[in-house]
Amino acid sequence: MNTEILGVIFIFAASVALAIPLGKYISKVYGGEHTWLDRFFNPVEKIFFRIAGIDPLKQMGWKQNLIALLTINLIWFILSMLVLTNMSWLPLNPDGNPSMSPDLAFNTSVSFVSNTNLQHYSGESGLSYLGQLILMLWQFISAGTGMAIGAVVFIAMKEKTSEQLGNFYNLLVKSCVRILLPISIIVALVLLFRGTPMTFDGKDTVVTLQGDTMQVSTGPVAAMVAIKQLGTNGGGYFGANSSVPFENPDYLTNAVENISIILIPIAMIFALGYFLKRKKLAWMIFGVMTAGFILLVIPTIYYEMNGNPAIAHMGISQPLGNMEGKEVRFGPAASALWEINTTNTSNGSVNSMHDSSMPVSGMNAMLGMMVNAFYGGVGVGFLNFYIFIIIAVFISGLMVGRTPEFLGKKIEAREMKIAMIIFLLHPFLILTGTALASYLAAHDTAMGWWYAGNASAWLNNPGYHGFSEMLYEYTSSSANNGSGFEGLGDGNPFWNITCGVIMLLARFLPIIGPVAIAGLLAKKKYIPESAGTLKADTATFGMMVFAVILVLVGLSFFPALALGPLAEHFSLY
Amino acid sequence: MKRKSQTQLFDKTLVVEAIKQSFVKLNPRIMFRNPVMFTVEVGTAYMLAVCIWILTGEKSQGSFAYNLSVFFILFLTLLFANFAEALAEARGKAQADSLRKTREDTPAKLIQPMGDLYVNEIKIISSSQLKKGDVFLCEAGEIIPMDGEIVEGIATIDESAITGESAPVIREAGGDKSSVTGGTKVLSDKIKVKVTTEPGESFLDKMIALVEGASRQKTPNEIALTILLAGFTLIFIIICITLSPFSDFAKAEIPISSYIALFVCLIPTTIGGLLSAIGIAGMDRALRANVIAKSGKAVETAGDIDTRLLDKTGTITIGNRKATHFYPSTGIAEADLIQACALSSLGDETPEGKSILELSGKEITSRLSSFVKGAVLIKFTAETRTSGVNLQDGMQIRKGAYDAIRKISDKSGNVFPANTENQVKEISSNGGTPLVVAQDGKVIGVIELQDIIKPGIQERFQRLRKMGVKTVMVTGDNPLTAKYIAEKAGVDDFIAEAKPEDKMTYIRDEQHKGKLVAMMGDGTNDAPALAQADVGVAMNSGTQAAKEAGNMVDLDNDPTKLIEIVEIGKQLLMTRGTLTTFSIANDVAKYFAIVPALFITSIPALQALNVMHLHSPQTAILSAVIFNAIIIPLLIPLALKGVTYKPIGASALLRRNLLYYGLGGIIIPFIGIKLIDILVTLFS
Repeated sequence: MNTEILGVIFIFAASVALAIPLGKYISKVYGGEHTWLDRFFNPVEKIFFRIAGIDPLKQMGWKQNLIALLTINLIWFILSMLVLTNMSWLPLNPDGNPSMSPDLAFNTSVSFVSNTNLQHYSGESGLSYLGQLILMLWQFISAGTGMAIGAVVFIAMKEKTSEQLGNFYNLLVKSCVRILLPISIIVALVLLFRGTPMTFDGKDTVVTLQGDTMQVSTGPVAAMVAIKQLGTNGGGYFGANSSVPFENPDYLTNAVENISIILIPIAMIFALGYFLKRKKLAWMIFGVMTAGFILLVIPTIYYEMNGNPAIAHMGISQPLGNMEGKEVRFGPAASALWEINTTNTSNGSVNSMHDSSMPVSGMNAMLGMMVNAFYGGVGVGFLNFYIFIIIAVFISGLMVGRTPEFLGKKIEAREMKIAMIIFLLHPFLILTGTALASYLAAHDTAMGWWYAGNASAWLNNPGYHGFSEMLYEYTSSSANNGSGFEGLGDGNPFWNITCGVIMLLARFLPIIGPVAIAGLLAKKKYIPESAGTLKADTATFGMMVFAVILVLVGLSFFPALALGPLAEHFSLY
Repeated sequence: MKRKSQTQLFDKTLVVEAIKQSFVKLNPRIMFRNPVMFTVEVGTAYMLAVCIWILTGEKSQGSFAYNLSVFFILFLTLLFANFAEALAEARGKAQADSLRKTREDTPAKLIQPMGDLYVNEIKIISSSQLKKGDVFLCEAGEIIPMDGEIVEGIATIDESAITGESAPVIREAGGDKSSVTGGTKVLSDKIKVKVTTEPGESFLDKMIALVEGASRQKTPNEIALTILLAGFTLIFIIICITLSPFSDFAKAEIPISSYIALFVCLIPTTIGGLLSAIGIAGMDRALRANVIAKSGKAVETAGDIDTRLLDKTGTITIGNRKATHFYPSTGIAEADLIQACALSSLGDETPEGKSILELSGKEITSRLSSFVKGAVLIKFTAETRTSGVNLQDGMQIRKGAYDAIRKISDKSGNVFPANTENQVKEISSNGGTPLVVAQDGKVIGVIELQDIIKPGIQERFQRLRKMGVKTVMVTGDNPLTAKYIAEKAGVDDFIAEAKPEDKMTYIRDEQHKGKLVAMMGDGTNDAPALAQADVGVAMNSGTQAAKEAGNMVDLDNDPTKLIEIVEIGKQLLMTRGTLTTFSIANDVAKYFAIVPALFITSIPALQALNVMHLHSPQTAILSAVIFNAIIIPLLIPLALKGVTYKPIGASALLRRNLLYYGLGGIIIPFIGIKLIDILVTLFS
């Protein structure tokens, strides 16, 4: 078999193999069980809790947990705005980079607090080291937030009848200190040894072979790359993200970074199984997610490895496949795997330019973000999947003639209402955003303050691909992904603000909804299983969930995809 | 089904009535209750406006004929949906009318405690004037004017008008059989009856209102499903609205008719149009099973039942114990034993005694008359614990419990036969009752009495178990016998030596564990348990208190009726679930018909999506809309009859329904739309 494909299989298999024991460890952390790492972490956590005056053992209800999450996120947002708009005169700015404009700072703050990491700037020129460090901090705690609130839902699913659903602050600190921090250190060390810079000195001066003098940006790169991969953040140190050798020096680091993307999202699913003592349920969820993932990744690899027919028509041979926008040291297969990994998990880091992928690959990347639940972001991926489970449980419950119930709790009108609103939100944000942008572009509206020039000018590609660029940008914002079709001129108030608003709504409402459902269900009376109960941990139910995801997402986005990538694909082939 | 009013699905008069109603229901205020179909109505009105706009000279919207046909098909879609609901209502009404006939105004003999002339004067008034608490008199040959409870007297009553059962029943004051139903006929004697309900509030009145749809409230499951459907409708509103700027960008000109066609095809009109028909049909099915439910929720809850309590006697076993075997002692001929047993039972009026004669056979009993002369019957007493007969020739035959007969045998100095002793033990351990027979102090054999389990009852319990319903037997027997019968009948649990409060405790315990419990009962002492149970089915013959406490009344007084009720409840949910799946699955094919049609002129590459190779954009859109419309009437029979429930376990059921309605729902419209496209192409 082709070594490129073997490499891809190895990367995926290694991810799953590492995720299972990690899932067991995560389950222990959230269950408050003893681990051998306790002696390192207990003292560290104690300091945090003492300073903050938090009693980690105090139990909170679902509403209290949500209020804690929202308040603390608001504080981080304000802090982030202050730093980004003032960093030119703040310390740790050896290169003398300027402060951000308010609309860009808004976009960037929302983007990092919401775990999206959409970047309408280039790190090397747009941020000081302090700016990079503060964003790196958000990379930790926004990932921790997702994991902690995921854990609240785990607890809600475990309890038979309870309103005591853990303590958000405790879960947040544990997620960051006990899970994200140690793995980040390991990944950062690997990167460091393979040549990724880690320094607080300013730009390096290099004399090239030709004898020219060149200024090369460096900084605390290795640390940031590790957490951006692990926390489904995706915001790179440099503008070109993990395609830059300083972020991703060779095939080995590429494999490690690729594994890091899906490691914790998969581990969270197994953690759920260990936590609830329902391993079969975890395997069902993992099975559904993996089936979807594989269905997206195989055609992507196929089209990338086969090259572009338009180039073939010109009589140019493409032995390596479609190499536009790709790094030679990774090749099309590993790049295609990364593309699907990063879009399925709401990570958004890139090692190739998605804008240059074949239309089907671009569509698959978008589909990954439109589903946003095939593994999904750390913690929140499962919350999105939870909504699909609720809808699937409801329809299949009716189909077997019983009032729908999930893990012994009845799904009634109130839960359905929340589930439908949250499901609707994602297509609503993506489609209305794209509709607005394409209306403006189609009518070439003069944008005034919002955009220097007429609207159609933000597209470097007209036609189907231009439409895909806009669709991708809003899909990425709404999926809290952060990757982009970079042909789009998005560094301006119009895109900063519309994307910022979408990122905010798409981050917090899909957290509030599932937590509310889980909290409401946890309060309900537990119904024991009988022969008439539809069990959730069976292959049949897995098929049902898969069908629900496929049909709902397919129906929501088919017309938009037909006008963008599908039209482009059929015109090419 | 006993009542004659078993109407055909498309009875002519009903269809005519339903067609009329489908137009009446176009009123937007009525339509508004069904959000999915209301949006279709808005779309239809919009199409009408477009047609008029074209008549005034607008050129951009395509031909008038095409737009008019889209309008016409949408209008038909509305009518079809209304027709489904109206037909279900008409069937309900027909059913209710047949019940109502029994309640026509009848004269009532009101007893006035303080009359115009004297005390307890009888005044003849119309039944509709009777109020709660009034007492009326009813004599042989008269129709009982109102539901009530007998306060004085005993009578045989013909209840065939309600139950369809022709055999008369006895009702008397006091006890558990004191309740009478309006519309039934007194056959003998006279009774005084106290009215227990206000006019228009009897169970029947409530049920009639439910079936007619007038007072039908949405059940919790129905509300949740409506939310789901509203969600789907909303998403397609978003899709259709955003499609307009998308097509601006793609430089595709899409006429209004195409947007509306796309929208109407995508929203779940199939289930939206059939939803209320399914609900009404469910109530109608309950009524056809002769069950009066007080609410639609009660029927749905029945589908969720986890545990049901069942009285042993008359439900699991046939009435009383029956003789099943004669076992002669060593050295005794079987024929002699049988003859002795028959003789000793001749005067025995108890069901056991009768069953011994029955088992003996006609041949033997007919020969007995010669012995009867001068025979003296010895009745069962608590002291002797035996019964029997002393014949004229001096022969004494006794039968009774083992220890009582053993005493007689020992007293006479006879040895108790070893094989009989073993037989006695064996019968006891098998849950039967041994009845030892002695002739002149000498043991000659033993009769086995057994509780007879109703034929076919095991299969019914098996069926219930597969549905996930646990059956609990309630009996006054001792735990050993109870256990044996429980095992033999295949029930999952039993309450032995049960007192009325035991039922209550058991129900509470089960509910505490989160289970839904159903029980059937008739007596006043069942009332608290009936009220406590999630589904309490009172027998129509039961007391008023029992009927008030339960949430269903079984007109047939059939203790196994619960199985049917559970199935009706499950069918109701399943029909909704499968048709929702079918409706959504249909959208896949509709997309492949309409989306290429919308863009094919501006983006020729999208011809690749026209997998059905439909003739032209116009025929594609027309075919999709036509398919969308005619699928509603095609599914009316399924909606009214309900999807068949098979107790094969939840997962297997889901697989089966997913295959039929999910996969079928994806494939059928591809074929249907293609066929319609061929036809439309032929005729245009």
